[in-house]
Amino acid sequence: MVKTTIQKRERLILGNRACAEGAIAAGCRFFAGYPITPSTEIAEVLAWELPKVGGKFIQMEDEIASLAAVIGASVAGVKSMTATSGPGFSLMQEHIGYAFMAEVPCVIVNVQRGGPSTGLPTKIAQADTMQARWGTHGDYHAIALAPSSVAECFHFTIRAFNLSEKYRTPVIVLTDEVVGHMREKVTFPESSEIKIINRMKPTVHPGWYQHFEVNPHFVSPMASFGEGYRYNITGLTHNPDGFPTARPVAIKEKLDKLKNKITHNVNDIVEIREEFMEDAHIAVFAYGIVARAARQAVHMAREKRIKAGLIQPLTVWPFPDVYMEHMLEQLDLVIVAELNQGQLIREVMRVNTGKTRVRGLNRYDSELITPDQIFQKIREEK
Amino acid sequence: MALLSKVTHQYLRTKKQFPNVWCAGCGIGTIMGAIIRAIDGLKLPQDDVVMVSGIGCSSRMPVYVDFNTLHATHGRPLAFATGVKLAQPNLKVIIITGDGDALAIGGNHFIHACRRNIDLTTILINNSTYGMTGGQVAPTTPFMKIGTTAPYGNRERSFDIAKLAIAAGAPFVARGTVYHMVQLRKLVEEAIQKKGFSLVEVISHCHTLYGRLNKEGGAIEMLKWQKEHAIPISAAGKVPPEKLRGKFLTGVLWDIDFPEYCEEYDKVMAEAQGKM
Repeated sequence: MVKTTIQKRERLILGNRACAEGAIAAGCRFFAGYPITPSTEIAEVLAWELPKVGGKFIQMEDEIASLAAVIGASVAGVKSMTATSGPGFSLMQEHIGYAFMAEVPCVIVNVQRGGPSTGLPTKIAQADTMQARWGTHGDYHAIALAPSSVAECFHFTIRAFNLSEKYRTPVIVLTDEVVGHMREKVTFPESSEIKIINRMKPTVHPGWYQHFEVNPHFVSPMASFGEGYRYNITGLTHNPDGFPTARPVAIKEKLDKLKNKITHNVNDIVEIREEFMEDAHIAVFAYGIVARAARQAVHMAREKRIKAGLIQPLTVWPFPDVYMEHMLEQLDLVIVAELNQGQLIREVMRVNTGKTRVRGLNRYDSELITPDQIFQKIREEK
Repeated sequence: MALLSKVTHQYLRTKKQFPNVWCAGCGIGTIMGAIIRAIDGLKLPQDDVVMVSGIGCSSRMPVYVDFNTLHATHGRPLAFATGVKLAQPNLKVIIITGDGDALAIGGNHFIHACRRNIDLTTILINNSTYGMTGGQVAPTTPFMKIGTTAPYGNRERSFDIAKLAIAAGAPFVARGTVYHMVQLRKLVEEAIQKKGFSLVEVISHCHTLYGRLNKEGGAIEMLKWQKEHAIPISAAGKVPPEKLRGKFLTGVLWDIDFPEYCEEYDKVMAEAQGKM
């Protein structure tokens, strides 16, 4: 295998390319995907780059097959990912559920575009926010990271792999058409500066191995196919040994484990960026590309002596309930700015329970929310 | 017989998973036995065998056998298997699928797996119906036969699986039956040894649903039907055409060579790394 060394260098690159390079830096050595605007560049870059580092790329017949192949490769011990957009993300929901149920690490990049349906292939939206959380059937607990710059596309893709390996769960990178197709300067770290987490391997004798062992960390060590641990994996609700079960006690134990490994680790998973929140009375709550407009808007407000601040969730899921409860108590107003008809605002209002005023600023006409729009909203509502 | 079952037992998860879900008289157990004996005959280490299946009666098989087993989603085992094989080409990957699994919901994955030619061995168990969900019409249900979702008779044409696979590019296509279990073992052995995508269609029976709905009798009558209607391809030339009508051919129906995908991808990697 050829060793990858991502040299410390500054380059002007595309957001989607940064995702692809982040994946290689994280140790991804398998990609399966299907062409779809505006995510295709990720596949194209990896078709070119993966074989150079001993990795494999395959174009599948659709997005359903793509995520299936990714899961298969991950079970065989190779860090794997796919990338898609709206309609493809809808098709992948079946196997997002499978990867979650069978506890298979993998990364799914969703470069969001306008919807519903075929919608606006070349235009931006953030309307898959709730789909990333609730898209697959059954009780599901998502991890979704939201980069707002090209550099973050690189770093968040690495982090997505790390979280996925650490918690044995699918992780979604929720980027968008503008971030994906934007070119910015990225200063790449030395490979020695990049933190890499690999899945925990079993140390027990194969005879004692349980692929879905229940333990206090809620994450079981994971053997790969061909390593001498012959186990079964299934999308059926299963016992710790991987075989299907219909026992109510075992069913609850499994579903609790899946839930707890996310909810008990919110502090490790969730990252939030704040600006001017020390003394803010008004907060703009926005993720991804919208947070950049929001940052400028709060700067404009500060110039007018309005005590506004920015809360930018870098992880959209799990939602930072405890953090937000605390913040909402101190605020007079929260403006949730998003490129949809109002999705993340539902989460803010759920946590709010009457503590403060919550207002939405929504745009879904394929254009970005401007800093001036957010600033005007702050002035109107303050 | 005692010797046969001794061979089989060392490959079964007898302590945990039995009894199985299949009806008494079902053909799937016989097919599982033939596959196990083929693997045993080829002396493949259990650690190196991966069995991937979809959803349905036949797709329950991996749960019972002591290999690396992946019970996937409905219709998609070939897509999962594609990832497994590319990630670890040293593993022997065998796919167990049914006619509904492979040809209805998984039809797209099926033709592309045939075309792509990755070294996978697919055992497609064809019982002409959806057994697990209760006897609904399948893409393999013959014209005018009854299914619970075709109570007035199936008005659609059925797939000819072997022709479909050959047309889609599969380099190795064979057909066997539950009745001819010695031949079936040999076909599975050949399929596993084939470098490239191989398909073995196994004609099976669902007496519980299909047989009852279509008044074709119990398991024994349906096995007799297989015996009477199977013509070995080696004998097909000697049989007058009128006697072939309504019958089906068994044996290796198609065997050609075409570059295998994993080996081709090794060349891609060598080229990308500047070794060529």
